Amino acid sequence: MNQRPQAYSSRRKRRILDRSFVIVCVAAASMSIVALTVLIGAILYQGMGHLDWAFLTGSPSRSAEKAGMLPAMVGSIYACVICASVAIPLGIGTAILLEEYRPKNRWLAKAHQFIQLNITNLAGVPSVVYGILGLTAFVSFFGVSSSVNEPAWEFGVSHYDEFFDMTGDYVSVPLSKRSSPTVELREGLQGYWGPQREMVTLKPVEDPARWKQVKQQFDEAIAALTVQPDAPGYEQAHAAAARPFAGYVRASAQPIRTSEKAHWYVCIPFGRGVLAGGMTLMLVVLPIIIISSQESLRAVPNSLRHGTLALGCTRWQMVWKMTLPSAIPGIMTGSILAMSRAIGEAAPILIIAGIVYITFTPEHLMDDFTAMPLQIFDWAGRPQTAFHHVAASGIIVLLAVLLSFNALAVIIRQKTQKPLG
Amino acid sequence: MATISSTPMNALLAQGKPRSRRAVRVQEWFIMAALAGCGIFSLATTVTIIYALSIETFHFFQMEDVSLGEFFGTFTWSPLLGAEKHFGIWPLINDTLLVAGVAMVVALPLGLITAIWLSEYAHPVLRAILKPILEVLAGIPTVVFGFFALTFITPNLLRWEWWRSASGEPMNPLGFGTYNAMSAGIAVGIMCLPIVTSLTEDALRAVPRSLREGAYGLGATRFEVSVKVVTPAALSGIIAAFLLAIARAVGETMIVALAAGNTPKMTLNPAEEVQTMTGYMVMIFLGDASNFGPEYLSSYAVAAMLFLMTFLLTVIGHRIRVKYRQVYE
Repeated sequence: MNQRPQAYSSRRKRRILDRSFVIVCVAAASMSIVALTVLIGAILYQGMGHLDWAFLTGSPSRSAEKAGMLPAMVGSIYACVICASVAIPLGIGTAILLEEYRPKNRWLAKAHQFIQLNITNLAGVPSVVYGILGLTAFVSFFGVSSSVNEPAWEFGVSHYDEFFDMTGDYVSVPLSKRSSPTVELREGLQGYWGPQREMVTLKPVEDPARWKQVKQQFDEAIAALTVQPDAPGYEQAHAAAARPFAGYVRASAQPIRTSEKAHWYVCIPFGRGVLAGGMTLMLVVLPIIIISSQESLRAVPNSLRHGTLALGCTRWQMVWKMTLPSAIPGIMTGSILAMSRAIGEAAPILIIAGIVYITFTPEHLMDDFTAMPLQIFDWAGRPQTAFHHVAASGIIVLLAVLLSFNALAVIIRQKTQKPLG
Repeated sequence: MATISSTPMNALLAQGKPRSRRAVRVQEWFIMAALAGCGIFSLATTVTIIYALSIETFHFFQMEDVSLGEFFGTFTWSPLLGAEKHFGIWPLINDTLLVAGVAMVVALPLGLITAIWLSEYAHPVLRAILKPILEVLAGIPTVVFGFFALTFITPNLLRWEWWRSASGEPMNPLGFGTYNAMSAGIAVGIMCLPIVTSLTEDALRAVPRSLREGAYGLGATRFEVSVKVVTPAALSGIIAAFLLAIARAVGETMIVALAAGNTPKMTLNPAEEVQTMTGYMVMIFLGDASNFGPEYLSSYAVAAMLFLMTFLLTVIGHRIRVKYRQVYE
């Protein structure tokens, strides 16, 4: 001790210091309560007015009154499910590797340590950097194809060249792949037509007089329809009357390229779709899941492991029958908290998906999407105050989801908390 | 779930006829391989981050109107001004540190004192109240803090109602703008508060009881024990906590994207509009900058700098943390 002795600072002075420090402490500690209260209060105050059923089931709109967040909620659910189904098995697997499979070999032990170090570092990487990683790895697959809109491989999609025919409908000529050259119009080309997707033969008409003549016949056939345009059954009657004229196109007609995607449509690279978003979120929460699973595994007493091994179990039998069941409550709690982080994470999704005006829910895994925090960011960033209220309502929904996640985690923790060993 | 004490025996008995040793060994081998695959995945993530950042950063420096010297040697960042593009990274770093600095002024003292209170003073009941509140605060998405900064903190800073001038007009003595570093910094600070508190508390709790008892035995007051004995003993852990919190503040994105603005400048005045590194990245990825122009690629260079900064802070923080663990356990 090279400090001056404390003896001459009077007892009274020391007591005053002690007392006043308690006050400082309580003041500091209550600051976080104040911050949380003010935060929640400000958001409830701004957002409650707009929060109603129409908001929950509506789509984003150009007017603040009509704006809703259904597509954002569904997008968040999609992304979160994808994220969970990859991140949880992968995270638990890594945690088991790190906690239960400690190698004895010196070099393997080094590698093991390196993986551990790597995960602590990954946990500290800002989420926006993960967004860039997702952009490189998932959206463009390291630049496999020259453009995000032109996938290198795709499955579950049919491409068509569509010709606009006399009946006012399209004749879709199927193509073998996206990059097929434009179909040359010729006699005998076949395509799908009408509501029933019937196969019809294209009949290019070069002579304007002939076109006029057939067109007149078609108009007469339509005029002869007895069903009123608004009455039920009109569509079928119209299609039946138009059927003989299907496929008549002008010889100069140019096709339009379209495609039809199944709900299991898959393409590589993933593009700016919900799969890429979910996978990127997976990268963000993976270290969190690994670290929390490791902590739960570490909490399982070693005596149980030794006992299992002494009974003749192999290492995996020990993990599967003994360690994992004991650690699963902790792992589940950690995973749920990680998922609530994933739901609230905006930066990586913003890099992946951007702010897109989306009024539909994703139909397949590669579909454009938006997520709750992203939608809130979009609303909050607009200059109009009305949209700020919409953003506050969105935040209330988001916080309600997160709080229920946290409550679930707390319930699991309390239901299953029992001393081990 | 089966009870723990009876699991292994029952489970093994329930397995039915014993499988051949060979089959078990093959299964074990496959499981080992799968687990090793999980480990390799995490390594691959790091490698891919570094690859993705460095390859595009390299492309960026290959462009004709960009040079390494300009990047590190000049103090203007104006990538969007058509003909007069300047890529000097320092304004972005300055603004990032400015926001992080404001955040740390808020978070570090509050977090440290709260942690001391939690670890040394708090009644278990009060502790049981405060801990969940901090957990909730830690779980709030950053975009919510951003919204809070933009729609609550900024208007209050602008109004400055508690320092009304004599005429009763609202004052704005420091010249706060609609977007400013102060508001974003305060929000980032509130966001970092739970991290600082919980990591610092861990460090304080790791200090052995005997140290406290010795100090009390010498007649020290509670203040003297917590501030002059426990805190210095846990100093390395506290510094590690601070470093990790700074890393979080530097990498924070949504708050600064909403509240800090879009004007990178060399300033130390927190009332001004600034742009942080993360804010710049968001602006580029949201805007319609062409996918191959220097302004687009510059965001990768900025991301690489950000990655380096947070990586260093995290590594140093963990080094210190591991070191202190060895001392006290």
